[in-house]
Parts: sequence; structure tokens; C-alpha cells
Amino acid sequence: MNRNIIISSALHVALIMITAVSLPFLAKKPIDLPPIVSIELIQITDKTNIPFAPKAKKTIEKIKEKEKKLVSEQAPPKKVKKIKPDAVPMPKDDVKKVEKIKEDKQNPEKIDDEVKQVSEFEKDELFDPNNIAALIDKSKEETADTVKKTDKVTQDQQKSVSTTGLSLSEEDALKAQIFGCWSIPLGLPYNENLLVRIKLQLKPDGTVVQSEILDHARMNKPGQGFYKVLAESALRAIKLCQPLRVPTTGYERWKELQLNFDAREMLEG
Amino acid sequence: MNRLLIFIFFTFFSFKAFALIEVDITRGNLNPLPIAVSPLSIDENSRKQFEKKLKKKNIGSEISIVVEKNLKTSGLFNPLNKDAFLQAPDIANLKPRFEDWNLIKAQALITGKVSYVDDKLRVEFRLWDVLAGKEMMALAFTTVPNNWRRVGHIITDKVYERLTGEKGYFDTRIIYVAEEGPKTRRIKKLAIMDQDGENNKFLTLGNELVLTPRFNPTSQMVTYLSYFRNLPRVYLLDIETGMQEVVGDFPGMTFAPRFSPNGKKIIMSFAKDGNSDIYTMDLENRIVEKITNHPSIDTSPSYSPDGKYICFNSDRSGYQQIYIMKSDGSNVKRISFGKGLYGTPVWSPRGDLIAFTKLHKGKFYIGVMRTDGSGERLLTENFYQEAPSWSPNGRVLIFYRETKTDSKGEGFSAKLWSIDLTGYNERLVSTPTDASDPSWSSLLSN
Repeated sequence: MNRNIIISSALHVALIMITAVSLPFLAKKPIDLPPIVSIELIQITDKTNIPFAPKAKKTIEKIKEKEKKLVSEQAPPKKVKKIKPDAVPMPKDDVKKVEKIKEDKQNPEKIDDEVKQVSEFEKDELFDPNNIAALIDKSKEETADTVKKTDKVTQDQQKSVSTTGLSLSEEDALKAQIFGCWSIPLGLPYNENLLVRIKLQLKPDGTVVQSEILDHARMNKPGQGFYKVLAESALRAIKLCQPLRVPTTGYERWKELQLNFDAREMLEG
Repeated sequence: MNRLLIFIFFTFFSFKAFALIEVDITRGNLNPLPIAVSPLSIDENSRKQFEKKLKKKNIGSEISIVVEKNLKTSGLFNPLNKDAFLQAPDIANLKPRFEDWNLIKAQALITGKVSYVDDKLRVEFRLWDVLAGKEMMALAFTTVPNNWRRVGHIITDKVYERLTGEKGYFDTRIIYVAEEGPKTRRIKKLAIMDQDGENNKFLTLGNELVLTPRFNPTSQMVTYLSYFRNLPRVYLLDIETGMQEVVGDFPGMTFAPRFSPNGKKIIMSFAKDGNSDIYTMDLENRIVEKITNHPSIDTSPSYSPDGKYICFNSDRSGYQQIYIMKSDGSNVKRISFGKGLYGTPVWSPRGDLIAFTKLHKGKFYIGVMRTDGSGERLLTENFYQEAPSWSPNGRVLIFYRETKTDSKGEGFSAKLWSIDLTGYNERLVSTPTDASDPSWSSLLSN
């Protein structure tokens, strides 16, 4: 009998505890309105007006003329020496040059004509301590205090905002900003895994305290040179975009943020 | 009892946790990367020596101009105006003031130094990431002074590879057919030039008609077709030595000999008994092997870079279309199904795409499709254009375009053009004469 009472009361206590912990919404204040997302108003000035057709035509012609000038220039035609039929005339100096290059390949001591790479600085792609160091932004130490201070301020705000993520408009604002900063390297192979995940630690004003590439082991893998290029372009985009366009409230939610840079859609066209 | 407690625990008890917010960035801008190419610094003694030898006032500036021009024509970079540079070349090469370069919106910076060492040209260069404030690459080259343009091309290749992730195509040459005279009596010569149009040289005299020169992908060897006493003959020409040899006489119509990826075979089509099929010839033992055996017209064969497949065009379906097959001629499969006629298929050195010429409603298009025929993209359209040839990195195509003759029979011209895979960066490659049938070499500095 006593045993049953003990079990019953223990279960009751357990249920009460579970209710108290797992149903926190009961203790919450009524839902506040979401924060107001500000809209940037842009005044359309005369400069952005499209000129009427004849004017536009002139402008386009000017641009075309400029482009024509950029087309590769060419040396004037040279006179051709008469050589036996069925033989191939080659300028003497060129033949010499080419022959020498051939010699060089066979005799490494002779280094006359071939363009030789003698250096030095960066030959081994497998491990480069500079690159790893570059992945971690050293500026985090300076800002540690600021983060502590701002924690206090944002604790109250955090209670009133959903903990699930950024709202659509907040996410769109951030995306739109980074789209503009990210110059996608166009030479990447589009049939490879082109996803770079970068974890950011942010200050409340949107400046980046630390950025870390999550798959950084891939950076120095042989045959993954394109990944390094892509990761560097993503880091450049973040640096260029600073401070990031983050929400004005709810710092606790987004003080750590993961950006997934995926170039496949753009490169596949 | 224990099970009941565990069940209750997992059913109701949940921890409150903050998940890391993830934002997917699936778009970026395709604007060319702003890059600053600082003139390579040079000491006074070296400058005088090079001025004497090369008749160039400042060889450091000249090399940087070559690099700048290459980067510009690639369409992927936007070299910034030198007038805006705040830092002197010699100081920038030691340690750039990144704030200064940031100010002019440069994202990458090239600096360097030229010196005269033991009658040779020594060039050091560095590539800097301006935003990260770090050195990305540093290399030095030595060569004879006359090779200064090639040094510029090699620097561009290194920079291009470091910033785009794929090999460059600047230290390369283009062989083509130079054409002169009226349309009915054209004189055609083989000619070669650097990819930027410099150092143009003629390789034949123009006595015989020459057609379809093609580079060996592994060496500076060329195969081409020429008519000797009105008989089509396939030649091999070694650009390095100038030596030329006849591969064989092929009676009847012979078309477009092309090397296999390892350079040991040539593949071509010729007509035997009135039927055009595809043949290969082993260059060591000169054994000819018939690959296709079909009553239709099979022409323009091109190997995949691994040598396992061949693409070609054939009219076996009634119209000229692109087909692929295994290199032994088995498993023939049609891959082009769009409207119009397809011709001159060329497999990309990257292996992912096939470039082609398409004729539809009286217009010629240069386009690319995947190797299974999907994803057809037409890059450029014109009155008459054909014969695309890939750059060694598979990013740019060079082809030739002809203009219409007017009512007086004048105004005809044939010129070389290049276009990259985006389809936006189309450029005229200027040549001293009219030009057709271009073929791009592999990298010289490999």
C-alpha cells in the first residue's frame, strides 16, 4: 500500500517537474509584435533616367568604339622569305629558341632560354600555414568585452523574439547584401561540390568578429584547388560586406551565424 | 517501471536549445574582379641594360601591360586604372599599404620586380589579397630577355589559376589559315601567332591550298591537310623544329585530321568508294583503321580527353546531327535533337562539353552542349561562322566568321573571333590578313 503511494506521489512530482520545464510558453508574456523592419527609401535622381533613343544610340556607339580599341592589337604583316617548296619557313631566331628549349628539357644544367620558375615561396600546395591562419580572423580578442556588454542589453529583447531563426525579410536583407559583394570565380567546375560553409561570430552592429570555414580540411586536399578559390572568394565577400545587414534586435539569435555559399546554381546557369 | 519513466522522460521532456541560424547564399555577382596590376619595379642599371637590348624604355611597365591586357580580355578581371594607384611600384612590391589599394576598390594586387642578372631577365612577382591583407602567391622566373612577353603570359596564367581555380590559357599559340586575294582565287597559308595576336608568322608560302590545321594536345606538333597536285595530303609539322612530313595521300574527299589526346594517332574522315567514314591512323606504324561503317556521311571526328569516346557528325538520321560512340566504333548514340543542322563537334579539354556549329533558318550559331546532348546553349549567332576550337582550359572558344559579299562581289572578309562560355565576352582576334580555321595550342610552359 505504502509502496504504491510512494510510486504514485513520485510520478506526480515527476509530472509536475516535466510540465514546469518543458512547457515554458506558459510562463511567457503574450507575444509581442515583431520588430519593425526599416525600408530604405531611394530617391530617383535625374542620373538614373534612361536617355531617349537617339541619345542612347550615341552612348552605345561610344561604348562600342571603346570596346573596339580593347581588342588585341596586332603586329603588321611581315615579309615571307622564299624557301624550297614543301619545306616550312621558320624565322631563324625562333627555331634557335625552340631548339634550345628542347635541350633544356633534356639537360637540366642548361637553363638559358626556358622560362624557369626558380622560386621558392609557394610550391607545396598541400600545407600552407598562412592560409590556415587567414581563415581565423584574429580580431576576436579586441571585441570580447563588447560582446559581454551587449549580452546584457539583448537578454530582454531576446525573450520577445522567436528563437527559430531570422524572419524572411531579415534573411532577404542579409542575402541581398552578400549577393552584391560575392564575386563568384567563374572558372570553377560546376559538376563538383561547390558548397562552402562559413561560421561567423558577429558584433551587434554586424561587423565580423571571427570567421571560420567549416570544411577547412578540404582547403589543402590535393585536387580540391577550386574549393580553396571558392572559400577565399566567400571570405572576401564577407570582408567586403562588413558590417553585415543584421536585424537591429535579437542579437542572441544571430550572434553566431552560418553562411552557406553555394555557387552551383550560378555556374550551371 | 524503469521503462515507463524513460518513456515519460523522452516523451515530454524537451530542452530549450538555440539552433545555429543558417543562411544560404546561392547568388553572387558575375562582375569582373577588380584587380590592380602595379608596374613591375626596375632599378636604373637593369632598365638601361634592357633598353639597349630590347629597345623598350621600361620593360617592367611593358610586362605589366601584357598581364593587364590578358586579364582584361579574359572577361573575368577588371584591371584598375594605373593613374589611381597611390603607392610607388618599388615600395608596393615589398609591402603594400592595403588601405591604399582598398581605397580604389582593388580586391587583388599584382606587384613585382625586374632585374638584369647575368645577361638574363629575372622577374619576381607577388599576388596579394587586398581584403584579407595577405600574400597569395610569390614566384620568380629567369629567362633570356627576348622572352619577356612570355613572362607576362606566364604571370597571367599563374594569377588566373590562383584566383579562378582553373588553369590559364595565356602562354599559348594559335595556328590558323591566313587568307589573301579575291574570294574566287584565295591564297591560303598556314600562320601562327601568340594567343593575344602578337608574334604573327607565316609557316607556308601559299603555293598549295592548306586546310584545317590542328594542334597535338601534348606537344607543339600540328597536323593539317594540303593539296599536292590536286590530291589531298595529310601533313605533320613540328613547330619547334620546322620539320614537316607527309602522313599519307588520301584520294577522294578528306576532312579535318585531328590528333588523339595522347598524340599517338590521328583521326579523320575520308571518302572511299563514294562513302565517307571515319578512320584512325597510328602515327608509329601508319596502320589505318576504319572506325565507322555506315552508308551515310560521317565526318568531323573528335576524341574525348580520356580517349575513350569520339564525337562526330553524321546524316544517318536524314539530317546532319552529332553522335558519340566508343573509340572502337561501337555504341553509336545520337546526342543532338534540336531543330536545324549540327556540325563540327569538338570535345572540350575539360571533358564536360561539346562545342558545335549549328545552322538553323539560314543563320549560323556556335554553341555548346553536355556530352549527353542536354543543356544546349547557343553562344553566338551570325551570317556565317564555324570551326570552333577550345582553349586548353576549356573556357574560351575561337572560331572564324565570314561577312557577306555585296552586289559587286566586294566586302567579303573572314576573321577570327573568340567567345567564352558565358556568351558575353565576344572579341575580335585581329590578324594581319583574313583568317579561318583556327586551332588553339596547349600551354607552352607545361
